[in-house]
Amino acid sequence: MRFTRRAAVAAVSVAALLTATACGSSDDSGGDSGSKKVEVFTWWADGGEKAGLDGLVAQFGTACAGQTFENGAVAGGAGANAKSVLASRLQQGDPPDTFQAHAGAELQDYINAGQVEDISADYDSWGLKQAFPKGLIDNLTVDGKIYSVPANIHRANVVWTNKKVVADAGITKDPTDLAGFFADLDKVKAKGIKAPLAIGKDWTQLMLFESVLITDLGPEKFTGLWNGSTDWNDAGVTKSIDDFKKLLTYTNTDRDALDWTDAEKLVMDGKAAYQLMGDWEAADLDAKKFTDYGYFTFPGNGTTFQWLADSFVLPKGAKNADGTKCWLKTVGSAEGQKAFNTKKGSIPARTDANPTDYPKYQQAAMADWKSATQVPSCAHGSACSQGWQGAANSALGAFSTNQDAAALQKALASAAQQFVKK
Amino acid sequence: MRRLRQWGPGLLLLSPSLILLAVFVYGLIAWTTKVSVSDEHNALGSKGFVGLENYTKLFTDDINDRFTHSLKNLLIFTVVFLVGAMFFGLLWAFLLERGVRGEGFFRTVYLFPMAVSFVASGVVWRWLMNPNTGENAGGLNAVFGALGLDFLENKWWTNPNWGMAAMAMPAIWQLSGYVMALFLAGFRGIPQELREAAAMDGASTYRLYRNVIFPQLTPVALSALIILGHMSMKMFDLIMSVSGPQWLTEVPAVYVWQTLLTSDYAKAAAISIILLLLVAVVIVPYLIYTNRAEKNA
Repeated sequence: MRFTRRAAVAAVSVAALLTATACGSSDDSGGDSGSKKVEVFTWWADGGEKAGLDGLVAQFGTACAGQTFENGAVAGGAGANAKSVLASRLQQGDPPDTFQAHAGAELQDYINAGQVEDISADYDSWGLKQAFPKGLIDNLTVDGKIYSVPANIHRANVVWTNKKVVADAGITKDPTDLAGFFADLDKVKAKGIKAPLAIGKDWTQLMLFESVLITDLGPEKFTGLWNGSTDWNDAGVTKSIDDFKKLLTYTNTDRDALDWTDAEKLVMDGKAAYQLMGDWEAADLDAKKFTDYGYFTFPGNGTTFQWLADSFVLPKGAKNADGTKCWLKTVGSAEGQKAFNTKKGSIPARTDANPTDYPKYQQAAMADWKSATQVPSCAHGSACSQGWQGAANSALGAFSTNQDAAALQKALASAAQQFVKK
Repeated sequence: MRRLRQWGPGLLLLSPSLILLAVFVYGLIAWTTKVSVSDEHNALGSKGFVGLENYTKLFTDDINDRFTHSLKNLLIFTVVFLVGAMFFGLLWAFLLERGVRGEGFFRTVYLFPMAVSFVASGVVWRWLMNPNTGENAGGLNAVFGALGLDFLENKWWTNPNWGMAAMAMPAIWQLSGYVMALFLAGFRGIPQELREAAAMDGASTYRLYRNVIFPQLTPVALSALIILGHMSMKMFDLIMSVSGPQWLTEVPAVYVWQTLLTSDYAKAAAISIILLLLVAVVIVPYLIYTNRAEKNA
């Protein structure tokens, strides 16, 4: 008798626990009927990025009546959080209707995994092949197929200046080669500014290093570094590392503790004269009401435009493929690009945009975009895959502390060897 | 049948937690092990079994010896953290045990930092340990500068050799109080008779602590070491919020995260397993020891 009572209690408790878990798992499968929702997965949760997304959504509302936008933004970590959430959703076969990804090599991981659809046919019907410059189309095309629609273009190889600090040092025109840049840095230093070139942690150092590479190797050999046609053990790379090492002597010693906005603050406060950063800095400086800034392409880069782009894709197994295509069409359209880019502070990928719709810096960048030589950026995923990017960041981080030029070249060469074929 | 009646209901009651543990702990360890011996280096999935290649590569073929560098960082962090937290914990417990006024107040003061999350305190310590010196100094360096103690200004966690020792400071600050609580419980658990007996035998205070009290605290010290040790080896949140993920302060847990973000599942799994083994090396002997001690008791 005693046994049965104990057994009964046990059985009931177990049953209760199991029902509890069953209840927990039963209510997450509904909700995809109707399928007029387009879930757009991004890491644009605040600031100019959010404003740009809102502009795009408004355009989507008018162009795609009947479809509703669902915001699937995951904030934080400059996209790192979103990317890990996305990876697990894709693995589970539960993709959002569309997601944000850097155009170029970073997309390669998804293409290899068969997680995104070929949309070349839509490129033709939407007229995007004529609207985008040929250099961009070439970069987007993988084995004759295109997988993404870029929403915007940013430029990475721009030096931002504090005009007052530069003028105080008696510098009247922008340097056009590295020797001139070093001379100017010395002039600013002579005015008592110990670290005239502001910089932050690993990835910002990678950006600076890439700019030096473009100067020393030229655009073609630079692009070759990322597709395997230029050897990382090349003497030109050695020279670049030496130049980069010399540049680092002009930078703040606490660089590894700073993010790009901290370095930007050094320029704004007049504690530094220059900073190399992507052109989102223009929008950020404007937002911070700092107007006394100037900019020039990294010395020696000539007319090379190092681009990066956010793009949207059609994932395999998207629940509402028609809605996604309408979203992509909106993203690529002249109205959509205008709605997005005027707010985000980037420039449209289309060459037929009207410059007068944009602020001053963007107008200059748009003119360059049409005429310049386009090269991709590794720090921002248009030149290399995420794994390569991680290895390069780590190598630059190590160089920042140990200043060992041979080790940096060796590390970059082995990273290339490991990742270039993928 | 009779034996089944004996342990059947108990087993039935335990079964939900056993099943959950089996799936979510041991099952996943097994799965991770399986991934770590595969070649699943991207989202494409695995093509086959590669044996221990992922492990050997970590030690011999990692770019810039990144993995051994992260192990070295972890070693420095762990040693400084353990020594520091044990020292301060024991010191505070000893002072309180000697009968300081307002013990309850100080106990709370020392224990409170433990209630703060590593992420929250990490953000504050990031600011405190600002590596700028001289006129640009901030945080602690600015305090030193203002007090005329310029020689104390240093680069904190950005020092390439001993940066991890600075990184251990917030951890020491946070967990010394916990060690103190453990030791205080240990002190209180020692029967009064032993002290009296020692006093009767004419032992000095030094002899009392050296030969009577401290030997009794060995199990407490060991528990404290184990608890702090395994926390230290898995340290992630503090480092992420003080320095962010970067070469200088990379430890294996951060490296796993970085590797996972680049979809290199096999490598991430291999690092995780090494980390698990490291923790097991510390924990398992302790479990055996306590198990034996309980049997003897």
